[in-house]
Amino acid sequence: MELLLAQSVIEPGLTHFLVVSAILFSLGVMAVLSRRNTIMVLMGVELILNSANINFIAFSRFTELSLDGQMIALFVIIIAAAEAAVALAIVLNVYNRFKTINLDDISLLKG
Amino acid sequence: MVEHTLYSIGQYLPEIVITATLCIIIVADLFIKKESNTTGWILIAGMLIAGYFTILQSGRAESVFYDMVAVDPFAVFFKSVLVLAGLFIVLFSMNSLELESYKSRIGEYYMLIAGMMLGMMMMVGSTNLLLMFLALEVTSICSYVLVGFTKRSIRSSESSIKYIIYGAVSSGVMLYGISLLIGVTAATDIYAINEAINAGIDQTLILNLAVLMIIVGFGFKIAVVPFHFWAPDVYEGAPVTIAALLAVASKIAAFGMMVRFFSVTFIDSAGFTSAGVWSAIDGIHWDVLLGGMAALAMIVGNLTALMQDNIKRMLAYSSIAHAGYILMGLVILTSEGLTAILIYLFIYLFMNLGAFYVAMLFMNKAGTESIEEYKGLGFRAPLAAIALTIFLVSLTGIPPTGGLIAKLYIFGAAVSAGWIWLVVIAGITTVISLFYYIRVVRNMFFYKPEDNTPQLTFDLMSKVILIALLVPTLLLGIYFAPLLEFARNSISMIGF
Repeated sequence: MELLLAQSVIEPGLTHFLVVSAILFSLGVMAVLSRRNTIMVLMGVELILNSANINFIAFSRFTELSLDGQMIALFVIIIAAAEAAVALAIVLNVYNRFKTINLDDISLLKG
Repeated sequence: MVEHTLYSIGQYLPEIVITATLCIIIVADLFIKKESNTTGWILIAGMLIAGYFTILQSGRAESVFYDMVAVDPFAVFFKSVLVLAGLFIVLFSMNSLELESYKSRIGEYYMLIAGMMLGMMMMVGSTNLLLMFLALEVTSICSYVLVGFTKRSIRSSESSIKYIIYGAVSSGVMLYGISLLIGVTAATDIYAINEAINAGIDQTLILNLAVLMIIVGFGFKIAVVPFHFWAPDVYEGAPVTIAALLAVASKIAAFGMMVRFFSVTFIDSAGFTSAGVWSAIDGIHWDVLLGGMAALAMIVGNLTALMQDNIKRMLAYSSIAHAGYILMGLVILTSEGLTAILIYLFIYLFMNLGAFYVAMLFMNKAGTESIEEYKGLGFRAPLAAIALTIFLVSLTGIPPTGGLIAKLYIFGAAVSAGWIWLVVIAGITTVISLFYYIRVVRNMFFYKPEDNTPQLTFDLMSKVILIALLVPTLLLGIYFAPLLEFARNSISMIGF
C-alpha cells in the first residue's frame, strides 16, 4: 500500500491531472456562484477555462491525442485573454454608470 | 498537402470575403467622414459578395482543411440565411435613431457586426470541436461589445455585463465538456469522434457528463430554458438592432451548429434512424432530456411573456418559446424533423426581424417601447401597425402567414415520430401565445389616439425594408413549395 502511494506520487498519471482539473473547475463554479464582485466572478471564469486547459494537456500527454491537445490549449489561452480584455472594458463602463461593480446592485432590468 | 490547403482556401471564400470586409472597414473608418454611413455600405457590399460565393458553393459536398470545415448543402443553407439576416440588420442600423448619437464610432459597430457574421458562418460550417468553440467565442465576444455599444445608456451597460458573465461561464462549462469528450474519444473532429463512439467507449459516465456540459453551451446560445435567464435582460437593454441580431442570426447559427454536432457525432453506424442517433451512447435519454427542455422553454417563455410591458422584453420571451418549438425538430432528428427546423428558421427570420423592426420604428418616431403606450398607434401609423399585426399573427402561427407553415411542419414531424405529449404542450402554449401578441394589436387599434397627436411618417427606405420583410412573411404562408424543396435538399450533411 505504502509502496503504491509512493509510486503514484513519484509518477503522476492521467488521473492526478484530471482530479486537479476537476477541483479547479469546481472552485471556479463556486466563485462564479457565490462571489458578488464582478472581478471575482471573472476570476472564477478564468479558473474554469484553465481547468479545461489542464485536461487538454493531460490528455495530449497520456492518450493518443498527441499534439492536438496542446494546440487547443494555446487557442484557449488566447480566447481567455480576449474575453478578459472585453470583460474588463465592460466592467469599467458599468462602474462609470453605476459607481459600483457589485452584481446585486446592478439590477435595473427585471421582470 | 499544399494542394489540399490551397484547394481548401478556394472553398472558404465566403468567410475570407467577410474577413477582408472587416479589415477594410477598420481602415476605411480612419479616413472617411465620421458622420456618413459609408462603412455600413462597405459591409453590405462585403456580405453580398460573400452571399454570391456561398450560392456558388451550392450542390457541393466536401470536407476541406483536413476535416475541419464542411462545405455541404446544410452549411450553404445556413450561410445564405445568415447573410440575409445580416443584410437586414445593417439596413436597420442605418435607420436607427438610437445609434445616431454614436455616429462618430459607427465604424466600430459595423466592424463588430462583420466579426459576428464571420463567427456565425464558421459556426455552421465547422466540423472540428476546436473550430466550433473558436467560432462560438468569436461570435460571443463581438456580441458582448455590441450589446454594450450604446455605452452612455445605463440599461445597455447593465445588459452587456449580464451577457458577458452568463456567456463566459456557459462557454467555460462547454469547453470543459469538450475537453472531456476529446479526452475519452482521443479525436478532435466530429467524424473521428463518431467512429470512436461507435467502436465503444469504456467511460460512459464521463461521456454523458461531457455531452451534458456541451448542451449547456448550446442551450445558452439558443436561449432555451433553463439557460435563458440572460435573454430578456439583454434584449431589453441592447440596441434594438442588436437585440434582433441576437434573436435571429445568432440563434440560427447556434441551431445550425447544434444540429450538425448531434446528428454527425451520435449517428449510429447502423444508419439513419431516430432511435439510432440517440442510442449511440448509453445512459441519459438525450431525446427525452432535450424534449423536456423544449417543453419547458415553450411553457416558461409563453407564460412569462403574458406579463411583459416592454415590447423588446416580450419579444425576448417569445423568442425563448420559439427556440423551444425549433428544438422539437432536433428531438425528433429524422429527415422530416430537420427539414422542419430549416423551414421554421427561414420563416422565423422574416417574421421576427419584422417585429423588431417595427418596434424600432415606433421607438424612433413615438419614442416608446412600452406596449401600454402603443395605444392609438394604429391610427397614427397605419402601415407600420398593420405590418406589426401581420408579423405578430405570423409569430402566433395563424393562417395565412408563414408562421403557420413553420409550426405545421414541426408539429407534423413530431406527431409522425410519436412525440404526442410534446405536440400537445406545443399546441396549448401556441394558444396562450395568442393572448400577448394580440394585446399589442388591441392596444394599437382599439384605442383612439389622444387629440392633436401628430401622424407618424416614415421615409421611403423604412417603408421599402418593411415591405421586403412583409412580403415573404405573407407569401410563404401561401406559396411555400420552393422553400420546402430548398429545405429538403439542404439537410444533407457530410457524415450524416
